[in-house]
Amino acid sequence: MPAAQETVEKVRRIDVDQYKYGFVTDIESEKAPKGLNEDTVRFISAKKNEPEWMLEWRLEAFRRWLTMREPKWAKVKYGPIDYQDIYYYSAPKKKALKSLEDVDPEILKTYEKLGIPLREQEILAGVEREDGTRSRVAVDAVFDSVSVATTFKEELAKAGVLFMPISEALQKHPELVRQYLGTVVPITDNFFATLNAAVFSDGSFVYVPPGVRCPMELSTYFRINEQKTGQFERTLIIADKGSYVSYLEGCTAPSRDENQLHAAVVELIALDDAEIKYSTIQNWYPGDAQGKGGVYNFVTKRGECRGPRSKISWTQLETGSAITWKYPSCILRGDNSRGEFYSIAISNGHQQVDSGTKMWHFGKNTSSRIISKGIAAGHSNNTYRGLVTTHRKATGARNFTNCDSLLIGDKCGAHTVPYIEAKNASVVFEHEATTSKISEEMLFYCRQRGLSAEEAVALVVNGFVKDVLQQLPMEFAVEAQKLISISLEGSVG
Amino acid sequence: MPLLAIKNLHAEVDGKKILNGVNLTVEKGQVAAIMGPNGSGKSTLAYVLAGKPGYTVTQGQVLLDGEDLLAMEPDERAAKGVFLAFQYPLEIPGVASMTFLRTALNAQRKRRGEPELSTPEFLKRVREVAGRLGIDQEMLRRAVNVGFSGGEKKRNEVLQMALLEPRLAVLDETDSGLDIDALRVVADGVNRLRSPQRSMIVITHYQRLLNYIVPDVVHVLSKGRVVKSGGKDLALELEARGYAEYQDEMV
Repeated sequence: MPAAQETVEKVRRIDVDQYKYGFVTDIESEKAPKGLNEDTVRFISAKKNEPEWMLEWRLEAFRRWLTMREPKWAKVKYGPIDYQDIYYYSAPKKKALKSLEDVDPEILKTYEKLGIPLREQEILAGVEREDGTRSRVAVDAVFDSVSVATTFKEELAKAGVLFMPISEALQKHPELVRQYLGTVVPITDNFFATLNAAVFSDGSFVYVPPGVRCPMELSTYFRINEQKTGQFERTLIIADKGSYVSYLEGCTAPSRDENQLHAAVVELIALDDAEIKYSTIQNWYPGDAQGKGGVYNFVTKRGECRGPRSKISWTQLETGSAITWKYPSCILRGDNSRGEFYSIAISNGHQQVDSGTKMWHFGKNTSSRIISKGIAAGHSNNTYRGLVTTHRKATGARNFTNCDSLLIGDKCGAHTVPYIEAKNASVVFEHEATTSKISEEMLFYCRQRGLSAEEAVALVVNGFVKDVLQQLPMEFAVEAQKLISISLEGSVG
Repeated sequence: MPLLAIKNLHAEVDGKKILNGVNLTVEKGQVAAIMGPNGSGKSTLAYVLAGKPGYTVTQGQVLLDGEDLLAMEPDERAAKGVFLAFQYPLEIPGVASMTFLRTALNAQRKRRGEPELSTPEFLKRVREVAGRLGIDQEMLRRAVNVGFSGGEKKRNEVLQMALLEPRLAVLDETDSGLDIDALRVVADGVNRLRSPQRSMIVITHYQRLLNYIVPDVVHVLSKGRVVKSGGKDLALELEARGYAEYQDEMV
């Protein structure tokens, strides 16, 4: 078919080298020596001036890690990782920043290139929206392992919300960290999570006290910068009884040849009647046109609805990374609790995505909802892998799953691997899945109306993912739509 | 100069020859009907004019106002004022008609070097056009053609045509799948768009549509060639006698 052939030709012309965010910022940084042993762990802990129990916790994880093996079950392929050839700690040298003005101008310039500051500056300048309200996004900027700027702290403090780097929380609120850290993702959980527990350098900490509705969206921008620096983020969010918080995470990384390992851990805890909404826009360097380089994104994200009627909602837009291995999950322990997972995963070039979610139903009348939209273009592979399981006592559990895959061209693959386990008779699980190819007819229809080939693909794809896009907070929706277009650039001529 | 000049056009699909030397001119402001039996190449001609991938021109020339139409990409042709009302309009799930219309209009304007319309300007324009065609605003909020009846889909095509203001509108079997009431509504919409600045090619198998959209000229297509041309009465003649004689002529 000449028609299909044309699309194939176009897809071949993919040029992921055009990656918009591939640059390196020149900042002096302080590093731990390359390699990983107990001394590395001690060095990191000492740098952070951590309490003794924290060091012990890390060391226990490290010893455990030595006995573990990398998981191999995901549908991804990559060469062996030399864990001794990685810097496990790197921090910009300037320290003790009081405000954004103190931030290294180089870093701010980096954000500017990313297009972040437009909004951030707006926020900081208190620019008003059309409806007269101010955009309210607090930014805890993580730059190469250390949080360099935190804004809106005062207002959050007024509400009693704690939002700070986890290293700071270990100094100021060690009892809270100790109480919750590792209770959702234990140090024994999996190879990468255990590695993270041993060497995590920083991350965000959020605590929302009982009955408090967090007065603003919390947002963190991640960026990996230093050559050969693995980044190990650790995020811990606790929503106490009856509270609500929405957290946004977005990230990009510079272009380089060496593969970069990113093994983050995110733990969410929702107590009685609490609600946590966690949104991610992931746009790390995906590698070049030959599939060389790019970030390995091996992330463990898990939330626990610990209290009755609590709710955790994950929303993700995954467009970057050479390899994504990520399953934001919910443990539905509290009765009548609810877990949600909304995902858009786009792969182009030689990207490999193995992502999905796990919903564990332990409490009675728990419910979960999974909406996954996978888009594969180029030579990429895009796998949805999901688990929905009920404990035998979890009567009245319900799940609805919808997995749609869209293929662009015929060199890519979409795979759906749903595991469903119902251990009692009263559960209702529904599963829907579709796989479709973006049709030549549809693209031609759009082009006949004046849209370029790229505009046509972007329009059709945006329609395909609309249900999930709507779940993103307003602040991110427009940016997300743009990102989808950017990440599919070059997928047609 | 005619708006459209088709000279000795040969085209094939999947290696199969469908058009075998079409010669046809359409004057500015003229409404030309193209009639013919199934498989005569009517829809192929429409797709070739619009530049559909897979429709390969092997010989001949098509000039739009003197410009080489065949050298242009489909979206370029659209911006130059070529509009194809599809026989089977496509559904685009998740994309509101309003978004689609705005994206299309602004894409065309951008290509022509005209400023894009702001949201209020666009909304004003759409409301005006929809009002003129008696189209419910509610339809514009729904995803493009998703769950539309046959009549709604065709009306949506006419709405797009009205908004995009083409110089050359090609209506491919616009009457197919419509009952008489829907046909009247659609034809009425098309008639409102007739103007000295706009030429139309109305492709149809049946004479019925031409009772409502009365053409200036009628061309008969058979086996990939124009075998007869005449006034509007030719359509009536065809209705009465069928296509058989033209098919035989070619043998």
